[in-house]
Amino acid sequence: MASKILQKPEAFYKRYERNPSSDKKSPHYCPGCGHGNVHKFIAEALDDYNVADQTILISPVGCSVFAYYYFDTGNIQAAHGRAPAVATGIKRAHPHSIVISYQGDGDLAAIGTAEILHAANRGENITVFFVNNAIYGMTGGQMAPTTLVDQYSTTTPRGRNPHNEGYPIKVAELISQLEAPVYVERVSLHDTKNRNKARRAVRKALKNQIDNLGFSLVEILSPCTSGWKMDAVPSMKWIEENMVPQFPLGVFKDITDEVEPYERPEMDLSAQDIKKALGLEVVESESFEKPDFPNKYKNPEIKVAGFGGQGVLLLGAAMAQAGMLEDYHVSWLPSYGPEMRGGTANCHVNIRDIEVGSPMVTNPTVLIALNRPSLEKFENDVPEGGLIIYDTSLIDIEVKRTDVEVMPLPATKMADELGNTRTANMITLAAYAAYTGIFSKETLYETLNTAIKHKKFIDINKKAIDLGYEFGLKSKLS
Amino acid sequence: MSKILLKGNDAIVRGAVLAGCRLYFGYPITPASEIAEAAAKYIPQVGGTFLQAESEVAAINMVYGAASGGVRVMTASSSPGISLKQEGVSYAAGAELPCVIVDIMRGGPGLGNIAPEQSDYNQIVKGGGHGNYKCPVLAPNGGQEMSDLTQFAFELAEKYRTPVYILADGYTGQMMEPVEFGEPVSELPHHDWALYGDQESKFNLISSIYLDPEELEAHNQMLQDKYKLIEENELRVEEFMLEDAEYVVMGYGIISRILKTVVEKLRKEGVKIGLLRPITLFPFPNDKIARLSERIKGMLVVEMSNGQMVQDVRLAALGRCPVEFYGRMGGVVPSMQELLDQTKQFISKEN
Repeated sequence: MASKILQKPEAFYKRYERNPSSDKKSPHYCPGCGHGNVHKFIAEALDDYNVADQTILISPVGCSVFAYYYFDTGNIQAAHGRAPAVATGIKRAHPHSIVISYQGDGDLAAIGTAEILHAANRGENITVFFVNNAIYGMTGGQMAPTTLVDQYSTTTPRGRNPHNEGYPIKVAELISQLEAPVYVERVSLHDTKNRNKARRAVRKALKNQIDNLGFSLVEILSPCTSGWKMDAVPSMKWIEENMVPQFPLGVFKDITDEVEPYERPEMDLSAQDIKKALGLEVVESESFEKPDFPNKYKNPEIKVAGFGGQGVLLLGAAMAQAGMLEDYHVSWLPSYGPEMRGGTANCHVNIRDIEVGSPMVTNPTVLIALNRPSLEKFENDVPEGGLIIYDTSLIDIEVKRTDVEVMPLPATKMADELGNTRTANMITLAAYAAYTGIFSKETLYETLNTAIKHKKFIDINKKAIDLGYEFGLKSKLS
Repeated sequence: MSKILLKGNDAIVRGAVLAGCRLYFGYPITPASEIAEAAAKYIPQVGGTFLQAESEVAAINMVYGAASGGVRVMTASSSPGISLKQEGVSYAAGAELPCVIVDIMRGGPGLGNIAPEQSDYNQIVKGGGHGNYKCPVLAPNGGQEMSDLTQFAFELAEKYRTPVYILADGYTGQMMEPVEFGEPVSELPHHDWALYGDQESKFNLISSIYLDPEELEAHNQMLQDKYKLIEENELRVEEFMLEDAEYVVMGYGIISRILKTVVEKLRKEGVKIGLLRPITLFPFPNDKIARLSERIKGMLVVEMSNGQMVQDVRLAALGRCPVEFYGRMGGVVPSMQELLDQTKQFISKEN
């Protein structure tokens, strides 16, 4: 047993080669600093559980920024306060690894408050060691979020004043209020008895992770001889007399007996499974012939406009889908921005023999107006010889232009008679297709399979297509 | 029929999954939220993790953590969110971590609006965070490229150990176009620098710290050498009717689509005009512009910004030909007619 106590844990490097100092055997910490104790407890625990090889330690910003000099584990150095987020990332990437987030008080309780709170709240299966020494050591003794009331620091030269800086943050208490953490304890390094408790807490917090129990945090009250400008012995006394009353020791939460271990499920998927999950299985559908139709209707630049809820965007998307099925180059662009929520909607559709350049349609050769404001707004944008289709059941004015083709279409009335107002858009699509001859009926039927999400509505929309198609053919002849 | 009609934002995610990306960390923001939503839908279905982070800062640091593990990981956001992520991108560039970051640009500065702008050019192409770094930037202009370039971005990121940006705008994200998808990547590379949580990889250290100024200078020099290599090898442009062009219009993203139609129309009128469209913004087609500037009458650069890319064009042209700029800001997307008129004006001016 004696040999074990004297021996440096295996989880430390034999020589600290990463330390630029010529002394490769001693740590960079100040004499009397608590980090050495905490490092040793962690290394011993890693040895005892034989997990150093799979461990990844996150070094924070603060005095322990160089923790990676010492631990013979995987090491990541993180930005200030972000260690719990970095720990989350690597743990999710490699769930079998043992991830330690080692943080000081400025890192965890000031700049990284959001990261620690949410990692804890998600119950990340990581272990957090929070070294609380009530001061910013690395930067030279500025106030920490845990600095005590009236405590001097270089940025509280008159002592911490609650009216200016607020009160010290009690991290263990805060974290223990959350649902997910399984184990939260505050320990101290100020005497042998408490150091033994700290060692046990460190071990338990690591074991919890190894057992897949979830998030553990150990807050460790630790001396900072340089920051406090105190010798080692008085600093221990200072912890006992000043810090412990403010930061009471003990277990704040332990539900490790109650929780079930949780391991993230792993999947082994074939290429086919992946494509299926992405909706990319190759469905061999028949190819749809492009019907021949008058040149004046070719390469339409379409604007569909109406109230939100009329299926405006869906109508445009169905046009693009039908165009794609007939092997045209197509694009669909929704009206964009706050107008989406303002009650009116429009979309731009291009169906071209060659690649679509600008997807935006400012001068639609086909305008489909489903309400009066849309007709009024866009009527004059249609170039000479263009086509305007408008829903006469909802629009009580007529098209003023005489240099364009017009198809008045009582789409909503027809849809109501069919028994579902929402089919007005498919009636319109079919009427347009039949009038211009751009899409065959078969193409439109196939389009429904993609355009209509709920299969039970496909039949009624097929009827809508029949109705609209018939109407479009009649209009063409009249 | 192997094409699917879908939005650019959706194409990015399905492309990423095919490329082997199994981790997505992000924060919702219009107009990039659809990427997060698509990731939330698809990535868990293939055994990966989608995580909505508590902040953009946390999201990019989760990416940093996962990238340390040598896996393919991504995040996406829109302009204000990208500003927040810059800290993490700088760290990832310093620690040489491969990852893919999508920016669906919106109007700024500040909260601005959610309409499409291209005003992130400077913050994305020039580095954006602190330090001497930059990231390869890919600028898709349609659905197919949203998928293809995202897949390519992962390869590029790993090849050069660097964060890679996909820089797009709200239109390219919202637009639906037919997209063809290939086969999923079957095997991902093992990286000797990464941490896999095992004995073999544990000596690795992921860090951006170089305390000694000379060491940090050497590290920076190595990064610059890497960027030079990227410039030499990874430039991508689309050239349209440039062979005999006397005038050149230039734009990226959605603007390039509108400009292409402008070129088509003017060619029909007999104007010798062509389009140069950078697909990569870093690397930038400096040499191409320099060569063009020696023989053309002028170049018109169009951006939805106050003129950010045009500065790089002018640097490359070095006064050898006039470089004019036309821009719209605030989320106003110029119409084809507007750009046609502007181009005609520019031509008559240069004549």
